[in-house]
Amino acid sequence: MSELIYKNASELAQMLQKGEVSSVELTQAHLDRTAAVDGAVHSYLHVGPEAALAAAKDVDRRRAAGEKLHELAGLPIAVKDNLTTTDAPTTSGSKILEGWIPQYDSTVVKKLREAGMPILGKTNLDEFAMGSSTEFSAYGPSKNPWDLGRIPGGSGGGSSSVVASFQAPLAIGSDTGGSIRYPAFVTGTVGTKPTYGAVSRYGLIALASSLDQVGPVSRNVLDAALLQDVIAGHDPHDSTSLPESLGSMTEAAKKLDVKGMRIGVIKQLSGEGFQPEVSARFNESLELLKNAGAEIVEVSCPSFEYAIAAYYLILPAEASSNLAKFDSVRFGLRVTPEGAPTIERVMAATREAGFGPEVKRRIILGTYALSSGYYDAYYGAAQKVRTLIQRDFEAAFAKADVLVSPTAPATAFKFGEKLEDPLAMYLNDIATIPANLAGIPGMAIPNGIAENNMPSGIQLLAPAREDARLYQVGAVLEKMHEEVWGKRMIDFAPMLEVKN
Amino acid sequence: MAKDELMNYEKALEQFEVVIGLEVHVELNTNTKMFCGCRNEFGDEPNTNVCPICIGLPGSLPAVNKRAVESSIKIGLALGCEIAPNGRFARKNYFYPDLAKNFQTSQYDEPIAFEGLLQVEVPSGNSFTVQIERAHMEEDAGKLTHVGGSTGRIQGAEYSLVDYNRAGVPLVEIVTKPVYGAGAEAPELAAAYVRSIREIVKGLGVSDAKMERGNVRCDANVSLRPHGQEKLGTRTETKNVNSLRSIERAVRYEIQRQAALLAKGTAIIQETRHWHEDKGATSSGRPKSDADDYRYFPEPDLVPVQPSKEWIEELRAGLPEKPADRRKRVQAEWGFADLEFRDVVNAGLMDQIEETVAAGAKPQAARKWWTGELARIANSQEKDVIDLEISGAYVAELANLVEAGKINDRLAREVLTFVLDGEGSPAEVVAKRGLEVVSDDGALIAAIEAALAKQPDVLDAIREGRMQAAGAVIGAVMQAMKGSADAGRVRELLIEMANK
Repeated sequence: MSELIYKNASELAQMLQKGEVSSVELTQAHLDRTAAVDGAVHSYLHVGPEAALAAAKDVDRRRAAGEKLHELAGLPIAVKDNLTTTDAPTTSGSKILEGWIPQYDSTVVKKLREAGMPILGKTNLDEFAMGSSTEFSAYGPSKNPWDLGRIPGGSGGGSSSVVASFQAPLAIGSDTGGSIRYPAFVTGTVGTKPTYGAVSRYGLIALASSLDQVGPVSRNVLDAALLQDVIAGHDPHDSTSLPESLGSMTEAAKKLDVKGMRIGVIKQLSGEGFQPEVSARFNESLELLKNAGAEIVEVSCPSFEYAIAAYYLILPAEASSNLAKFDSVRFGLRVTPEGAPTIERVMAATREAGFGPEVKRRIILGTYALSSGYYDAYYGAAQKVRTLIQRDFEAAFAKADVLVSPTAPATAFKFGEKLEDPLAMYLNDIATIPANLAGIPGMAIPNGIAENNMPSGIQLLAPAREDARLYQVGAVLEKMHEEVWGKRMIDFAPMLEVKN
Repeated sequence: MAKDELMNYEKALEQFEVVIGLEVHVELNTNTKMFCGCRNEFGDEPNTNVCPICIGLPGSLPAVNKRAVESSIKIGLALGCEIAPNGRFARKNYFYPDLAKNFQTSQYDEPIAFEGLLQVEVPSGNSFTVQIERAHMEEDAGKLTHVGGSTGRIQGAEYSLVDYNRAGVPLVEIVTKPVYGAGAEAPELAAAYVRSIREIVKGLGVSDAKMERGNVRCDANVSLRPHGQEKLGTRTETKNVNSLRSIERAVRYEIQRQAALLAKGTAIIQETRHWHEDKGATSSGRPKSDADDYRYFPEPDLVPVQPSKEWIEELRAGLPEKPADRRKRVQAEWGFADLEFRDVVNAGLMDQIEETVAAGAKPQAARKWWTGELARIANSQEKDVIDLEISGAYVAELANLVEAGKINDRLAREVLTFVLDGEGSPAEVVAKRGLEVVSDDGALIAAIEAALAKQPDVLDAIREGRMQAAGAVIGAVMQAMKGSADAGRVRELLIEMANK
């Protein structure tokens, strides 16, 4: 097995630039790794060796010809399967889209191709990104490389496990309520949900349009910064994408200075309800920041108490409408029931067979929340909570430059543990959801190992458009964590048994 | 279709007060669709003007067509409406196979334009103020064709075809407040209102405004209440009435039908109804209650439309002259008597006559052709005269051919039928079919001599000053030459021969 795969993306990018390794070599090394471990981990729903190697070969040829290439050209990447790709099926983890090959590339995928990054494959997710464990994927769950009996987080468990098991140096995720950050937390990897609108949603199969955001997944803060710089930017195809550039994340990650920065600890997201080791690691991180010259302040966000309730009204409401298009008429699954196949019956039979239990649960919830007579009490009230949460953040950011909390209440749980209890499942996202409701950026980085030998992590939050602050503080913290623990967090993960 | 009992119209009006409300959909003539770059073109091959956005592929997102917003604002301003500083789009959710996303992107509580007024004159010369509640932007649906079964309706069809070329075409829906007090003239007012809307949107250049192509579609709400009752009666909504005369007939029919039911003590069912031009009757559609639940909510994929004050004022300054001012001006320019002019206005022929005069016809000639022969042809085809496929330029050419003596009135009417059949311009038809009047003396003298052979006394009679005797010969010559003789020249020749 090639040692290349264990390196950080930034290092590999430099080796490619210097010609120390070819893209074909690097891409093949990762494909070999997948052949060896993905039977056990199940990060991928689709692996595309031909397309990846063809793209790698093209980059190598252009480099040899002396073309000026993108900084990350030749570096392979994995993409969450809710982003459209013209050369690979896109299922969003659902049976209703089984085998669907989109007619167009999502903007993010287009940018990856333009940068010359070979796409290794499409990663697993909870169906339509609804879940925290990948247990709701119609194609079976992904496993946590730290402990194959535990969940890799969700919905982006495919993207977190694919980088945590060294099958890809980088991956693309999407985050509606924590689907990038929670999987990063449970797999000891790094994940960022950029400011809403920083990255185009065009070609992202929508879960909840006002909350969804595409972002980078990596093993290292600088790597995430490099990837966010590739995928960010205004897109005329996405009206909600920000018109202005947010600057270079890579530069921010290289500053390595937090002196004088005010770090706000969110009172409501610590202490009670958080696993003791998670709290312990969190407090250690605060100490490190203080030692590095940052000022620690406490902030209060009283409306966070209602965040999950509001989120589970807004998300299902938007999802119920976004998922209406899956009706068998133009694409995807079509189930013809026995008897007279009227359009209503075909639509109903298709949706009955094509959607899984969590998707149905949320469609029903959302349809109800939007119904006339209930709108004000549910959807309307949830929007008010959303405004209150935004105000809480505004007040907090008046006192602090960056806010911090543990990324989630507890380290990775075991498969099946929360499957029958949706509320317990939803609570995993208690710390990540407020950022989506407010549209602000958030980053999850590992900050040590808990007593059960599973990774723990810290979440950083910044005001909208100030994503750079996350990378600046994140890189400093990461460096200090590695000094304290003696090596990269990911290197604490047990070696996976390799199948030859 | 069960035959409805109808009450005598005058009797119905004695017993009930009529309240109408009109919803007019105007299809905009922008180059591209409302939310994507597809061509907005009528009559192309099915499903050729489509893309991931207008067929609602997963991941696709809408982006607002600025020109459509501009057209909508112009319509709002022309109707005297306020323009919303923050016009939001909303999703109207319902499942139907012509609706690609199974929701229509429309506007709900924040339409682009609201609170306007339109002064409408009916044929009697009475004038009514119609209050406009709102004008909002939305997208059109695709077109369904039901194949098999006799009615062309979905019931009994073997299968149905969907053409998404029309899906996403920009529409402006103009909704009136309830219109009271039109009494017996309610049907005429409904038609005159729609005619005014057509004039306005055509004058603005924002729509082709052809009703037979569905560029302008009208839904007519009708309810009755006993005179003196404050509470509005139950209304019916007759959908997609596709010509001005149908609107008038449909409203009249609903008044008579509802009156008969109410007089018997039968309640009116709140429902949509379909107008059948051939049967001159409406039939029951689907029940429509005020609680129809479309689960409207703000469209999260689009940012609100926020037209600047400067832009609105710029558009206001560029509006064409007000219809009333224009009427005054053109009547004076054309020198039409009041009654002549009212006929023109009632037939909605101002644009046509203006175009014809601009192409070189004398105003009176233009008026005679449009309100005379062309109106007669339209009537015989049960069409509105403005829907005839003939341009003002062709009518001018025809009038000028008559004026120049190239053809006479009878020949001109013949030429016209060929022009309407699409054989080309009047001059081309005259040339191709040899329809020019014969003023060649040789041919005429031969015909006169043949006629005189049968009526030898005529020359004597002329010499004696009895000119009416010439008529018989002229008639015979015309008959012999199938109407193409130049009657004036025949008369001259006859006089010459008599005086030799």
